[in-house]
Amino acid sequence: MKNKLLVAPSPHIHSGNSTKQLMHGVLIALLPALVVSIIFFGWASLYVTAVAVASCVFFEWFIQKFMLKRPISIMDSSAILTGVLLSFNLPATVPVWLVILGSLFAIGVAKMSYGGLGSNVFNPALAGRVFLLISFPVLMTTYPIPEANVMNVETKAFQCETNILSLDAVTGATPLAEARAIVAQGGELNTNMNLVTVKNMLLGVKGGSHGEVAVLALLLGFAYMLYKKIISWHIPVTILLTMFAFSGIIYFFDTAHYLHPLFHILTGGAMLGAIFMATDYVTSPMTHLGMIIYAVMIGVITILIRTWGGYPEGMSFAILLMNAATPLLNKVKPVKFGNKK
Amino acid sequence: MEDVLLSTVLVLLALGVLAAVLLYFVAQKFKVYEDPRISEVEELLPSANCGGCGYPGCKGFAEALVKAGDMKGFFCNVGGQPVMDSVAEKLGLVAEAKEPMVAVVRCAGSCENRPKTNTYEGVKKCTVAAALYAGETGCSFGCLGMGDCVDVCQFDALSMNPLTGLPEVDQDKCTACGKCVEACPKGIIELRKKGVKNRRVFVSCVNKAKGALAKKSCEVACIGCGLCAKACPFGAIEIKNNLAYIDYTKCKLCRKCVAVCPTGAIQAVNFPIIPKKETNENDVKAI
Amino acid sequence: MLKRFKKGGIHPHDNKITRAKAIEVMPLPKVAVISMAQHIGAPASPVVKRGDIVKVGQLIGQAKGFISANIHSSVSGTVKSVGDAVNSMGLLVPSVTITVDGDEWLETIDRSEEIVEKFDLSPKEIVSIVASTGIVGLGGATFPSNVKHSIPEGKTAKALVVNGVECEPYLTADHRLMLEHGREIVVAIKIICHAIGVEKAYIGIENNKLDAIESMTKASADTPIIEVVPLRVQYPQGSEKQLIEATMGAEVPSGALPIQVGAVVQNIGTMYAIYQAVQKHKPLFERVVTVTGKSVSEPKNLLTRVGSPVNDMIEYCGGVPEGTAKVIDGGPMMGRSMANLSGVINKGSSGILMMPETETPANDASSCIRCGKCVQVCPMGLEPYLLNVLADKRNFEECIEHSAMDCIECGSCSFTCPAHIRLLDNIRIAKREVGKILRNRK
Repeated sequence: MKNKLLVAPSPHIHSGNSTKQLMHGVLIALLPALVVSIIFFGWASLYVTAVAVASCVFFEWFIQKFMLKRPISIMDSSAILTGVLLSFNLPATVPVWLVILGSLFAIGVAKMSYGGLGSNVFNPALAGRVFLLISFPVLMTTYPIPEANVMNVETKAFQCETNILSLDAVTGATPLAEARAIVAQGGELNTNMNLVTVKNMLLGVKGGSHGEVAVLALLLGFAYMLYKKIISWHIPVTILLTMFAFSGIIYFFDTAHYLHPLFHILTGGAMLGAIFMATDYVTSPMTHLGMIIYAVMIGVITILIRTWGGYPEGMSFAILLMNAATPLLNKVKPVKFGNKK
Repeated sequence: MEDVLLSTVLVLLALGVLAAVLLYFVAQKFKVYEDPRISEVEELLPSANCGGCGYPGCKGFAEALVKAGDMKGFFCNVGGQPVMDSVAEKLGLVAEAKEPMVAVVRCAGSCENRPKTNTYEGVKKCTVAAALYAGETGCSFGCLGMGDCVDVCQFDALSMNPLTGLPEVDQDKCTACGKCVEACPKGIIELRKKGVKNRRVFVSCVNKAKGALAKKSCEVACIGCGLCAKACPFGAIEIKNNLAYIDYTKCKLCRKCVAVCPTGAIQAVNFPIIPKKETNENDVKAI
Repeated sequence: MLKRFKKGGIHPHDNKITRAKAIEVMPLPKVAVISMAQHIGAPASPVVKRGDIVKVGQLIGQAKGFISANIHSSVSGTVKSVGDAVNSMGLLVPSVTITVDGDEWLETIDRSEEIVEKFDLSPKEIVSIVASTGIVGLGGATFPSNVKHSIPEGKTAKALVVNGVECEPYLTADHRLMLEHGREIVVAIKIICHAIGVEKAYIGIENNKLDAIESMTKASADTPIIEVVPLRVQYPQGSEKQLIEATMGAEVPSGALPIQVGAVVQNIGTMYAIYQAVQKHKPLFERVVTVTGKSVSEPKNLLTRVGSPVNDMIEYCGGVPEGTAKVIDGGPMMGRSMANLSGVINKGSSGILMMPETETPANDASSCIRCGKCVQVCPMGLEPYLLNVLADKRNFEECIEHSAMDCIECGSCSFTCPAHIRLLDNIRIAKREVGKILRNRK
């Protein structure tokens, strides 16, 4: 023996999992949605994403290096993920300074001030998004419409002139906001159900933040994460089921003023939120039962806000609210071995 | 507009008064009598809440002390004699006189004296390593060098010396609270009498292995030869389990044991340094 | 759908390199250092002194107390010394060192290959033979077997569960025994069923050992009380409580012993030792040890005398390979990494595993990302992340509330943690401290 023996307590092998690897897994799962977004919104969406990622990574590095004077942890890719998720929650046409400001809030306030990865209470990307939404409501709700003329979408939401090529000119509300406007004006939804067809909702031909529109692509990412065992099915499936069931009940009683349940789960940030935002490790409960309670509450709160609240979109708020409840939900114990009689 | 203002002010005022009255009665109803001397004594204590006295914090100590009505067995190591005297004065009692103590690290197994034989890779805590095995060196009794004692010290009196890999006690900062004694899984740290002018003589080893095994694992190990016990004119040294122990209540700091120890396991600290020449002459005489 | 335990669990790569290597006999050592503390409980007290001539199988250490075990000489020769010796963990243990001279066995031991099927003993006699021959659980826990077989007052055993799972990666000692000595194990099962008064025995074997399942099914074809239960691979199925759940479907309550649900669990190696003790009058002084590792030139399953130096065994298998960082006594999940190679094989040593540094977990823990993977893999339904934090803060009182004592130290949490936190290191400390607190309360 040339070298000294290594001595350590067991176990002496490791699964090979690492934080970095898990983060990369989520990033891969987000790729299809990014691709679809680029197809619809052009390079603008890639631009927004790149800026968000770069600024998130920079702020994390800067804060750790010069303010906290701690070891730099940007190599674990969590800041990259925050950047991508933040950008997915922004309209593709948003100005660059807004993206940078959002990143600063997400990393600086929502993540680092709590102590960095693992200690934050709120999902940084969502916190950044909500911060921007409240501070700059107009900029944040001016959505470009995926190239309407090309896709030949017959929706009321974007009956625009056919010869528009520049994205900036094609702006409109999200289907949820549109539906809300109709109800507010005293109209009835069942006669206006041509807001967006189900096919277009699945493909993502609708107004919205650039990463949340492509439902099928997001579902593909979900399948990948389930396959790789990065997340379990509990949170996303429960959120969507709860939203479906709760909005279904409301719809059942008054079809004229409330939206179809399918419409709820296919529009807005429902898919992106349920699959990628609510499942954030740090801010979601650890036991399966805790996850289910958490997810049911997110589903209920989302529909409550969407139906009767002040905003057309409620997913972000619902998730942030339940993030705050996560420490409490972590008191839900797993079932211990040896309790079966 | 003024009506609104006025009614707001009035309502809030009424609420405030109501709450104050309620609080007053509740406070009266649930009042707990506490001996005022407890808080007086607590104020005199150093508020370190170290638990070194054996009570849960300074408040616990004060409560127990006032309740007992006697100073016997009560001593605050942190505050020492002056604090105990002032407490005694307050309560009209007499404080027990107690020798000031200090924590002593009884291991001299530095990297030179005790070379490493393996590399530890688990959680860097003495408790974890001690639960697993003997440690990074051949000596299964000595210091593990991961600093559990340093971590528990509230007074910043302990620090790891990176050269020797052993903890060092700052005798001025040490309050002899005993936290480190508890924390050390190997039982190396001991509270000993601080001594006249901080001078102390102690066996800096806890190796209970037989002489040959002990010597093999560490250059400065106590091999239990018993020369020191024979040399001691006061009968302060006892050999038990191949290990010498100096009873600090009997030791008169004559340092005869230091001179005879073949491995240098007995340490004398804070004595004036003997000039080299003199020791050489002594050696010659001895031969 | 094959049976398995329900909650948690992981799937480490099994790396059973030596599965096809028949058991070889390890040459005798020159000097055997036989520890008096090869079992859980009080060390045995030596009954020989320096200069005594001993034979193979002769009693050299007398059990001291209820939970203790006899120690027998594994070699013949002269006692060189009686006293403390440094073991492979660097600790001093009371031992008897014997200079080997020839190989002279006690005459009472039947050394023939012939399988003795018949036995005519009362349950009490069987238990006393198991006790006097110093048999302990050979799976690694080294719990004295006679204590397990003495059913306490008021309890009745329902079934014997034989542990053929060998869920630790790399190890194949039990696997080889099932292939080569299936019939002897069946005889031992009959003996123990008689001793504890049950009419049912399960042999749990994971389906990564199809040949062993086949071998044991064949060997037990004429014994209807034995049921071979193929199990789906999942670590830690070899843990007592998990195995009972997988085979019998009963959960041992928290803090209770298996006998609470009427189960007595023994591992394959122990059953083989019991066969030899009862039918061949041979005390426990040798066992099968798997010497393995990905870069070991000649990995082997060796029938080794207790007290043989680890170094000799490694040399016999081609020496320590280049780049070896760790040498582990046992398997990679629960084995202990040795501090030196001058230690010896004990009754509980199931393997010697040599691992290069690249395979050992890096010591680069980052902060917990609260992914909950440790909670999901814990087979006992605990919250390792929480126990880790509580133990780190030395808040042991709270560890009691979170059932720290239920931890079986399987290592699944540390294995799976993406932040590379050594959860089990701290939880072990919590168990020790909680144990102290609970004992003080009594």
